[in-house]
Amino acid sequence: MRVLVLAGRRLAASIPTLVLILIGVFLLLQFAPGDTVDAMMAQMGGGDAATARELRRFYGLDLSVWAQLGNYLWRLVRFDLGFSAIYGKPVATVIAERLPATILLMTASLSLAFFFGLILGVVAARGVNRWPDTLISTLGLVFYAMPTFWFGLMAIVVFAIYLQWLPAGGFEDITIAHTGLSRLLDIAQHLVLPTLTLGLFYMAIYLRIMRGSMLEVLNLDFVRTARAKGMDETRVVVRHVLRNALLPMVTLIGLQAGTMLGGSVVVESVFSLPGLGRLAYESVVQRDLNTLLGIVFVSALLVIAVNFIVDLLYARLDPRITTGA
Amino acid sequence: MDMTRRAALLTSAAIAANVLNPMRSFAQATPRKGGVFTVHYGAEQRQLNPSLQASTGVYIIGGKIQEQLVDLDAAGQPVGVLAESWEAAPDGKTITFKLRKGVSWHDGKPFTSADVQFTAMEMWKKILNYGTTLQLFLTAVDTPDPLTAVFRYERPMPLALLLRALPDLGYISPRHLYEGKGDIRQNPVNLAPIGTGPFKFVTYERGQHVIADRNADYWRPNAPYLDRIVWRVVTDRAAAAAQMEAGQIHYSPFSGLTISDSARLAKDPRFIVSTKGNEGNARTNTVEFNFRRKELADIRVRQAIAHALDIPFFIENFLGDFAKRGTGPVPSVSTDFYPVDNGPQYPFDKKLAAKLLDEAGFKAGTGGTRFSLRLLPAPWGEDISLFATFIQQSLSEVGIKVEVVRTDGGGFLKQVYDDHAFDLATGWHQYRNDPAVSTTVWYRSGQPKGAPWTNQWDWTDPTIDKIIDDAATEVDVAKRKALYGDFVRRANTELPIWTPIEQIFLTVINAKARNHSNTPRWGSSSWHDLWLAE
Repeated sequence: MRVLVLAGRRLAASIPTLVLILIGVFLLLQFAPGDTVDAMMAQMGGGDAATARELRRFYGLDLSVWAQLGNYLWRLVRFDLGFSAIYGKPVATVIAERLPATILLMTASLSLAFFFGLILGVVAARGVNRWPDTLISTLGLVFYAMPTFWFGLMAIVVFAIYLQWLPAGGFEDITIAHTGLSRLLDIAQHLVLPTLTLGLFYMAIYLRIMRGSMLEVLNLDFVRTARAKGMDETRVVVRHVLRNALLPMVTLIGLQAGTMLGGSVVVESVFSLPGLGRLAYESVVQRDLNTLLGIVFVSALLVIAVNFIVDLLYARLDPRITTGA
Repeated sequence: MDMTRRAALLTSAAIAANVLNPMRSFAQATPRKGGVFTVHYGAEQRQLNPSLQASTGVYIIGGKIQEQLVDLDAAGQPVGVLAESWEAAPDGKTITFKLRKGVSWHDGKPFTSADVQFTAMEMWKKILNYGTTLQLFLTAVDTPDPLTAVFRYERPMPLALLLRALPDLGYISPRHLYEGKGDIRQNPVNLAPIGTGPFKFVTYERGQHVIADRNADYWRPNAPYLDRIVWRVVTDRAAAAAQMEAGQIHYSPFSGLTISDSARLAKDPRFIVSTKGNEGNARTNTVEFNFRRKELADIRVRQAIAHALDIPFFIENFLGDFAKRGTGPVPSVSTDFYPVDNGPQYPFDKKLAAKLLDEAGFKAGTGGTRFSLRLLPAPWGEDISLFATFIQQSLSEVGIKVEVVRTDGGGFLKQVYDDHAFDLATGWHQYRNDPAVSTTVWYRSGQPKGAPWTNQWDWTDPTIDKIIDDAATEVDVAKRKALYGDFVRRANTELPIWTPIEQIFLTVINAKARNHSNTPRWGSSSWHDLWLAE
């Protein structure tokens, strides 16, 4: 029950933020020269001024900026994300089509980053200043410094073109109709390289954070006490150190859920995945305001949800942090 | 620079080898049925019906599903598709098309002259870009019987013009799926097209792929060969090249890959890289001058800018063998209209450029700068972007400071064609087989503000206006050609737009494909005879 109350409070508190973000994005896009009809004309390769006028009237672009904004917010109040000018479908449908790929990619990358970041961080901290630490830290630095798109393209060159182990791009194989489990495996195979590309960068961050916080906790008094009591080392690390060292990692996940959406634009383009990141990019280029605002809305909800889960995890990891009364 | 040049030469040798190697092209001569052909689709469109939008982005999909009255054959001559024959009245105001018998839509309904009438009057004349201009004086389409369509024009319509425009602007849509179904633009059929073509639409997953399957009831005997065509949406050019190498894509049309990737794949025997099959998609790189700037309104300044650019150097070092020096608004591949004499050309001559600027009264001030200009490059291709930088650097050497303002597509069109917020612009002009379709509007005065790719330079010339108007209604083929010769010479003399580079789109295709690139607009054509070797 307390959790539900907290969830409700958190959501209510984020509504003003959400509205401010939407208004901000709306106004920012007004500064970009040209509107969706200009973008449409660019795509068509020509058209006359009368057609352009008619299209502007059709999409309500002949209204003033404030009237357009007012219309948008009023629709939003009624849970209507509007109609996409490029896709010719309701924005909600367009986003629903793209959401699975992004969520799949984000979950896979975050899990990879978290899991291996944790293990490597612990191993590095345990062997601090010896060869495992040097090796892992160097590797982490390399992954951290490498541009995502470059790593993606190199991975394609090696694994898709040279070795031919994995597909070079796409979400699934469409030349053969897969069903059930084979489709699942097919999608998983397509996601290996994008997940690595997006995940390794975050893994590098997690590994460094984990290593740092492990080292910090290892030097605290209660660890010394535990060791003095004669507790074996594995138990000390797992029961006492890890639990406390995990807190900064979990904080970071909450912070990075949003950043990851941004990073997925590049990965989705390089691997031609039909995700939200690329959709956002295309909506900006096409000046498809409704779709862009819809994406902002949905990603804001996603980030709020992730942060909420992180809060719950906090309470679980450290009983001193309560869910608030 | 030497390295670049050598690389370019090597590339050209490789391409020549690819095109000339008959062993590989004819290794398997008997067409094979079956196979899935995958196509690189770089930019998604709002809709896929070519009766509503004339652009290669739509033809590349819609052109396999829907068909037009007339297409171009291997020699570039009009050949009937849904029309079997045509005839113009001597006054040029009536053009009669006899339609093909026994053709049906993918949903089983018969194709008749009523479809032609509806498409022409409701789509070409009212919605289709360039169609609205072409069919401005179309008053009615009579349908005396189901297989005859009679086009009636208020002013003479040159048959030769119509036949060269129809391959792009003559796609037919099914009347029974559009009439009385509300706004034509919003009709869901536009995204799931129904046509008479060799392939039937199956599915369109936004951001992923479009699929079309063989039409078993196609009117051409034994066609098509392929089982399925898949268009893969790949927006990143480097990723598209990688997918071609990994065998996930067979064909990247319309210069879809980067110049360097195309040059690299040209050396790989698994691919054919060539401009063949794109002769109908010739384009020129343009330098557009805004006459509202007093400096640019002076013809000596425009001439000086033209003389200041070393075009052969730019082509050799940046574009390789896929481009050549342009001679005017009508490209040299236009056998019907390319004039014997193109009028003045502007060879590279920095001294002459400086002299012309001096004469125009723009002496070099402090620091050697005469005046500054804003240059807007169109974001359609890397060659335009490179050319913008080249213009900037070349002009600084004659004392003109250039600021390059880069925007995306919507921003470019708005600033150049609506706000006129540019001094110089550089982009492409795409030639569509007849100057009257999309070329003369770049030069004809009185174009409404906000109409992209039209004369928005504030340039007015009664002489060229008259030539353009006369040629548009001239029924005599030889006289039309002569008039367009006058048009080209006048354009090159007055220089409202300079067309220094001529290019043809580049095709990168897997060597397993057969019967490809065999028409001048092959990427847009129906692919009824395309097949894949084992």
